[in-house]
Amino acid sequence: MKTLTINGKNHNIEAHDDMPLLWAIRDIVGLTGTKYGCGVSQCGACSILIDGELAKSCSLPLSYGIGKNITTIEGKTTNLEILRKAWSTINVPQCGYCQSGQLIAASALLDNNPNPTDEDIDIAMSGNICRCGTYSRIKKAIHTAVKLKNK
Amino acid sequence: MEGIQNISRRNFVKVFGLASGGLIIGCQFSSEKEIVRIDDGTTFAPNLFIQLKKDGKLILICSRSEMGQGIRTSLGSAIADEMDADWKYVEIQQATGDKKFGNQNTDGSRSVRTILAPMRKMGAIAKQMLIAAAAKKWEISASECKTEMHYVINKNNNKKLFFGDLVEDAMKIEVPKDVTLKNKKDFNYIGKKLKSIDIKDFTHGGATFGIDARLPNMKFATIARCPSTFGSVKSFDKTKAMAVAGVEDVFEVERVKRPFGMLGGVAVIANNTWSAIQGRNNLEIEWDKGKNGAYDSKRYAQRLTNRIHTRAKVVPPTKGSVNKAFSNASQIVEATYQLPHLVHAPMEVPNALAWVHDGKCEVWAPVQSPQSARTEAAAYLGINEENVTINVTFLGGGFGRKSKPDFVVEAVALSKRMNAPVQVVWTREDDIQHSYYHTTNVQYLKASLDKNGLVTGWLHRTAFPTINSTFMPSANYAAGWEIGQGMNNNPFEIENVRYENAKAEPHVRIGWLRSVCAIFHSFGINSFIDELAAKAEKDPLQFKLDLIGKDRIRKEKSPHPLNTKRLKNVMKIAAKKANWGRELPKGHGLGIAFYYSFYSYVATVVEVSVINNKVKLHNVWTALDCGMYLNKDNVINQLEGSAVFGMSIALHGKITAKDGAIEQSNFHDYILTRMHEVPPIDITIVDNDEAPTGVGEPGVPPVAPAIVNAIYNATGKRYRTLPLSEHGIV
Ligand code: FES
Ligand code: FES
Repeated sequence: MKTLTINGKNHNIEAHDDMPLLWAIRDIVGLTGTKYGCGVSQCGACSILIDGELAKSCSLPLSYGIGKNITTIEGKTTNLEILRKAWSTINVPQCGYCQSGQLIAASALLDNNPNPTDEDIDIAMSGNICRCGTYSRIKKAIHTAVKLKNK
Repeated sequence: MEGIQNISRRNFVKVFGLASGGLIIGCQFSSEKEIVRIDDGTTFAPNLFIQLKKDGKLILICSRSEMGQGIRTSLGSAIADEMDADWKYVEIQQATGDKKFGNQNTDGSRSVRTILAPMRKMGAIAKQMLIAAAAKKWEISASECKTEMHYVINKNNNKKLFFGDLVEDAMKIEVPKDVTLKNKKDFNYIGKKLKSIDIKDFTHGGATFGIDARLPNMKFATIARCPSTFGSVKSFDKTKAMAVAGVEDVFEVERVKRPFGMLGGVAVIANNTWSAIQGRNNLEIEWDKGKNGAYDSKRYAQRLTNRIHTRAKVVPPTKGSVNKAFSNASQIVEATYQLPHLVHAPMEVPNALAWVHDGKCEVWAPVQSPQSARTEAAAYLGINEENVTINVTFLGGGFGRKSKPDFVVEAVALSKRMNAPVQVVWTREDDIQHSYYHTTNVQYLKASLDKNGLVTGWLHRTAFPTINSTFMPSANYAAGWEIGQGMNNNPFEIENVRYENAKAEPHVRIGWLRSVCAIFHSFGINSFIDELAAKAEKDPLQFKLDLIGKDRIRKEKSPHPLNTKRLKNVMKIAAKKANWGRELPKGHGLGIAFYYSFYSYVATVVEVSVINNKVKLHNVWTALDCGMYLNKDNVINQLEGSAVFGMSIALHGKITAKDGAIEQSNFHDYILTRMHEVPPIDITIVDNDEAPTGVGEPGVPPVAPAIVNAIYNATGKRYRTLPLSEHGIV
């Protein structure tokens, strides 16, 4: 039995230490907002925060997450809440599948850089693929979030 | 890919009450002449569907799959608008796969085009019945009533009745035979910006995609498939796979020889996805590579290229004599273009959860065509379709991949064998290596110019493995509709034309991918006319406008015949937005391309720079004329996405095969455009009252040729093969 702390809640689970956090979160804990896209750290669909740091859950073992605070898209942080508003204002999503990861990555960006430039955003978000091509809106929404925050 | 639906046959309307106390209205595409009313909800389940509850809740059934095009919001808003409903009461429910809903295929950019009119009528009927109910109550005439935001209002005294409070009375009202639709100026939602009804779920991880479907005691499965298409298992050793914790069973599954049947292979069943993947990694399999085991896409492209330079099968219509035009020419231009296979790679991989039990089968899956999923499941199990329920989840992108439900058949087969609910998940590697690929293509174009630089003869020869081969394995020539995606029906006024199609045998499963054959035909045509303009020493924009010729509506059998004025209009808009003809910084170039596809008109101008032999995109301007649209912001979002999709094709996209196996495996080698490559994208949507036409696909075809034309403008270098990464400039 192991304990994962996700969005402030403890989950006691039975799973192999090597199981990537992604599958532990999705299949064992049952929180499916975190998505599988590639399994090899290429697409960012599986992004989560571990002790506030951006991480790709497909490429970290369950053992790494034990004893740490994990935030998923089902969770809440100040920046995540503001970004959600901005995402809604700008009407960012198309299919929506990548958006969990995009929002988590954007929240990590704002946690580290409250006023990012276009270039900062490009760099920070380059690990997240959106096959639907909502990149312009994501960028716009991040700027909108900054404005909302500074209001 | 079905033909065009005749929407004018919407003439079967029924009303019935529900046990839950609501008013339901539906209509179906049918040849019945009469408007019929029944008072119970037994067997009739209509195509377009309204449920009004006593608390005012308005449930609208969406018969098309949501894959990012915003269809749930758009179609719902059309009904709600005609009903004068308040959007805050609207809830959208997804229809299961069933013929009674009419055509549910979500591809071909046709959803809005084919069902907008019936949707609006449904709303108008509901409104008229609610008005009649209120008028009866007030003992006044219907003309003394109006509707506003979920209320019927008595014009004489401004008294109001809430829609929900009218449910019981409305159920007693006759279904009107004729209804008047709103005027454009009275629209509350249609044509306006309306936020996605699903935005909250999308931003909280709450939307259930196929891969998120869960059932108690379900199993998770992967399948090892033969690296070469239609190869089979010779032998396998499951010992090491079975040793993986969580793996419960390993067994062989046979290929199902149907267009959407499964490929077969070795299945690994586990109690979580990871164990199923690990188990599969530990399988030892010897494959019989089969007849496609030697497929080498590089050698194949060479073969097609050789073939394209000799005369091939003539495809109508032929006009005049190209040979004569060529011999009288003052200049001859010829060029050969070659494009690789592509794969859809939707962010959500193919997957399906099936539960076969007690002679019934229930499926939860991200499918674009729930009816064909139902047919395939029923055929596999040998049961009636009535015993199969297809629940359509959200689709994490489709792009055509998810209208081929082979993955549903897999889940059904495994569930049957395991006697438990089983979810099959394709890994990204599976998705890239075992798809229904966008076909590979070679084109040869030859044209003659007279002394004034006018085009007098046009020969266009194309060769590509056909999508038909997926349905008829012996098909070696293109289908008429494939050629018709812009090749033998280009918009030009040229006196002498001939079209030809050379043979091309398939070696992988060929399927449609967003914009289909318009992708390569647009590339060939738009690149070639840019080459012609250069040869004629004319401005590319003016040259192309002239080539399209005078304003005319083409005589053709089509619900929306080509209107050259609308085509030239979008070109002019995009050019104007780009400030075409302006002085450009050193190393910069502008390129234009246009295309008429899925009955819509699109033009795109791209500004690039090529500095130190590296191309950079600076701006994209796209103008679209899709007739009347439902949700402007959605349309813009789709066109922005199309630009990005087109960039992936131009810059990176390629699927290659060697020894029968696909060489790419994941996003490190099947590269998709990322944010840092995307320049500002400016979209203009033309406002007019023309019939609504496609939005999801028409934006893609002009993008790649516009980029290549811009590079030519910047450097004088012409790239005739894609992706550009192969030329070392990305
Ligand atoms: S699934 Fe983890 S980065 Fe793609
Ligand atoms: S919204 Fe579909 S992949 Fe990003």
